[in-house]
Amino acid sequence: MENKPGALMRVTGLFAQRNYNIESLTVARTLDPALSRMTIVADVDPKIRPQVIKQINKLINVLQATDLTDTPSVARELVLLRIRATMENRTAILKEAEIFGARVIDSSVDGFALEVTGEPEKLDEFINVMASYGDIQITRSGLIAVSLEMKKLKLAPPVATSGVESNSGAAAIA
Amino acid sequence: MSNLMSGAKMLLECLNREAVECIFGYPGGVTLPFYDALYDHPIRHVLVRHEQNAAFAASGYAKATGRVGVCCATSGPGATNLVTGLVDCLMDSVPVVALTGQVSTSLIGTDAFQEADTFGLTRSATKHNFMVKDLAGLPQALHEAFYLAASGRPGPVLVDVPKDVFIGRGHYQPVESIHLPGYKLMTEGHSGQIRRAAQMIWEAERPIVYAGGGIVLGNASAELRELVELADLPTVCTLMGLGALPGSHPNFISMPGMHGSYAANTAMYNTDLIIGLGVRFDDRVTGRLSNFAPHARVIHVDIDPAEISKIRTADIPIVGDVRKVLARLNKAVAEIKADAEGAKRNARIAWWGQIREWKAEHPFAVPPAAPDEIKPQQLMREIDRISDGKAIVTSDVGQHQMWSAQFIRFDAPRLWINSGGLGSMGYGLPAAIGAQFACPDKLVFSIVGDGGFQMSLPELATIVNYGLPVKIVVMNNGYLGMVRQWQELFYNNRLSSVTLDTFPQVELLAAAYGFKGRTVERPAELASALAEAVADPGPYLLNVKVSPYENVYPMVPAGGAINEMVLGPPQPVPVGD
Repeated sequence: MENKPGALMRVTGLFAQRNYNIESLTVARTLDPALSRMTIVADVDPKIRPQVIKQINKLINVLQATDLTDTPSVARELVLLRIRATMENRTAILKEAEIFGARVIDSSVDGFALEVTGEPEKLDEFINVMASYGDIQITRSGLIAVSLEMKKLKLAPPVATSGVESNSGAAAIA
Repeated sequence: MSNLMSGAKMLLECLNREAVECIFGYPGGVTLPFYDALYDHPIRHVLVRHEQNAAFAASGYAKATGRVGVCCATSGPGATNLVTGLVDCLMDSVPVVALTGQVSTSLIGTDAFQEADTFGLTRSATKHNFMVKDLAGLPQALHEAFYLAASGRPGPVLVDVPKDVFIGRGHYQPVESIHLPGYKLMTEGHSGQIRRAAQMIWEAERPIVYAGGGIVLGNASAELRELVELADLPTVCTLMGLGALPGSHPNFISMPGMHGSYAANTAMYNTDLIIGLGVRFDDRVTGRLSNFAPHARVIHVDIDPAEISKIRTADIPIVGDVRKVLARLNKAVAEIKADAEGAKRNARIAWWGQIREWKAEHPFAVPPAAPDEIKPQQLMREIDRISDGKAIVTSDVGQHQMWSAQFIRFDAPRLWINSGGLGSMGYGLPAAIGAQFACPDKLVFSIVGDGGFQMSLPELATIVNYGLPVKIVVMNNGYLGMVRQWQELFYNNRLSSVTLDTFPQVELLAAAYGFKGRTVERPAELASALAEAVADPGPYLLNVKVSPYENVYPMVPAGGAINEMVLGPPQPVPVGD
């Protein structure tokens, strides 16, 4: 979508207004700084999935919304986790972290800060395992995804204002 | 440099390029620079008496003409007062551009005097909205707003302009083109689907055209008529689509839905093919979905892809401008007519026979009245007689709206102007102001209830101010009639807060504003009073006292099925065990 003020509000507002539940939402700039890409995980009835996509596509600032549920895509999430560790269980925690491919990004006498990426189910498991070792605090990034199909973005062409003449009546259908 | 121009002047320059004739508005603190620029500008400003009515008037103007209506309000309360009107336009897809003032950019976010988050508040009240934070972006935003309002599925667009942007000076560069890369319009319709639709139309035994507001918005009446005549299709027009096919056309059945006719709803229930044109399968039309046209296949043409298969899955979805699609569909229907017409001829004759029977069985009729009683239906019939299919009629929301829709014939689109989707009381009077400005030579009736009239009563001043010869007809039953009807039918007749005991004497009220008013209580006076009102060159306020307890029938109760309409008042039920 276009990186314009209020664009994010339009998307989140739409979800609230139409009673669609957002589970997670991430947004950041793309290679083109004028554009952002959002990944939204929504809990909606499969029957209304096309309707959700159509409603998002209706937002003027949205260039393209795609349903990745059934299309080839990869998705990852990042978890940052702080765990309180005792002298006794430090080694065990590190071993467990290694199994999940987590990296230690901070270490102190109190414990560790770990980062791990993966699919949400794997991260759930990681968090469960870590919780069994002691007090934890987590921040999840929400899912980000990329489609594996190389599709070119279809965009509307510019319109000449001379052709706008929106007040000529018939232009309403031009 | 002398060629520097203020933001306010630039804005007017842009409005000029969009060929705006008049703006309905109300000034205030932060729009002072704009109103100063308006002072000696040829664009006409119409001073209404409340911002909500500026939006309603712009809507009436837009509905009567198809051109973009423009309204204007100051920041804070001015902008918040517009909101009902904007949502109304959104629901009925009315092309309106709203201009609002905002506190200076340096004050935004400080809870300044008359500051409101207009941009946030109107996000869901508009098709799109803009906040212009610097002068350089003002012309672009303005032209984009007009383009968005009028194109595709029309709707309201708001442009919020901070005071310092109005005051700031810069070089005005006319905008040559606008680019909204995400705003992709699909107007042509899919050729294959159009061919299949033509085939399906000839294959059907019991087809029905379900025509809506999209025909009116898309100026597709001529094309609709061509289709209907080509294949001799029975046609229902929704509340928003009345006049899309002339009310006097032999193929017009009437309005379907909650207070639609028995014939229209029964045909909708029994049809095997719905040809939906510019409609959205609104709940007021469908009733309980599982019983709506259960045997039908559906062709659905709409410019908004999100409307298609939103409520009822379409067998043939066609996204496109309804006029363009119909032009191509008509060609396709005509091309195969010679070969296809014969196959279902007998079934189609039987279907028409059936529909005519249903029509004859339960037509919209004026119920018998006591000698001194004016039935509301009778009032509408009289107005229908005077209008003869040609007058503009605006209405409010409620019983009078439904009776108007049932009994007044509209032989052209853009004559029937009411608040359909949002159902905003108070709409009728200001909408008539907009419509009369748009069509100064047309006869404009504003039919309102005694409830809604009092919501917009201050606009009598506007009507007099601008010498608008609107004929205001108050259908006065002393109640908030539609709510009373529901309380009677579904809440044991416990009439809670629906009695309108006090109503001004209209002779005095109109005289206070400087025009004529008259109360009508006897049926014998009705025709002459209406004639007198119409003959008067100025505005006229008619207060017609009608039966207080009349209910609108037929009725599909909320959540009910269209094949189980209630045709009239409940008959006494014998008491059993």
